[in-house]
Amino acid sequence: MSQSVEVVGLYVRDQDEALAFYVEKLGFRVHTDVRNGDYRWLTVQHPDQPSFQLGLFRPGPPVLDAATAQTLQAIVAKGAMPPLVLVVDDCRAAYDRMRARGVEFTQEPVDRYGTVDAGFRDPSGNGWKMIEPRR
Amino acid sequence: MSGDHTNQDPKLLRRLLRAKDRMDAASHEQWPVRRLARVSGVSAAHFARSFRQAFGVSPHRYLLTRRLERATALLRDTDRSITEIAFQTGWRSLGTFGRTFRDVTGETPGAIRARERPAAYGLGRVPACFLSAAHRPHLTIAVSEKRRQGAGGINGSEAMEVP
Repeated sequence: MSQSVEVVGLYVRDQDEALAFYVEKLGFRVHTDVRNGDYRWLTVQHPDQPSFQLGLFRPGPPVLDAATAQTLQAIVAKGAMPPLVLVVDDCRAAYDRMRARGVEFTQEPVDRYGTVDAGFRDPSGNGWKMIEPRR
Repeated sequence: MSGDHTNQDPKLLRRLLRAKDRMDAASHEQWPVRRLARVSGVSAAHFARSFRQAFGVSPHRYLLTRRLERATALLRDTDRSITEIAFQTGWRSLGTFGRTFRDVTGETPGAIRARERPAAYGLGRVPACFLSAAHRPHLTIAVSEKRRQGAGGINGSEAMEVP
């Protein structure tokens, strides 16, 4: 078996809201959704990338104290988390489709020497670039 | 410099971010506080203070840095004239553009153009949108303050403006 990255997590302000966003608006699928008391392990998966899971985690107890959780929520809401990149075949088509579903775009598709990119945010504030690579 | 950052409600921060995003998307447009406040759904009286507390810079200064960043990219990547670039990036007068550009970056638009072009080679593997953010000018003090500091110092000699 090959070794690779299996899960990378995002912090989100509300897991139900994030789940609806990534599944209904972006077309991801739920991989794992398990609760244990207040804790909820929630990951989604891109349909074309079964080896990778995107975790949607809410910072808070029991893992983090309330003050730390609040700081993290603020950082996410300020858009200060690191960049995320979604690769698509057709940026303009994906833009039209996602926009019709109510995705908050921060940048319309822009052509840059053969690649096309657009920008959007999830409800929590995580920023994505959506890039159509050069063929 | 600006109080306790963690005290701001994440829901408010998310709405302030929306105003910042809108400036990012259209930095060439005019963004009076009233317009930004409307995007964020807060009163004009609270907007500027909340924005500064959240992002460490006033909305006006933030807009300036975005315009300068974009102007720098256009100087580097296009053959458009400096006049064209000034108006395209939202300045209403070429003089203000040249002066602000020099006061913030320490160089004239023409000098930046000459210097940045050879340096752009080899950065092709970084997505252009992130690359451009890396070149965003730092503007932690007022332009007028920066101007005052510069006047007494090293680069206060020439005052040539590109027409």
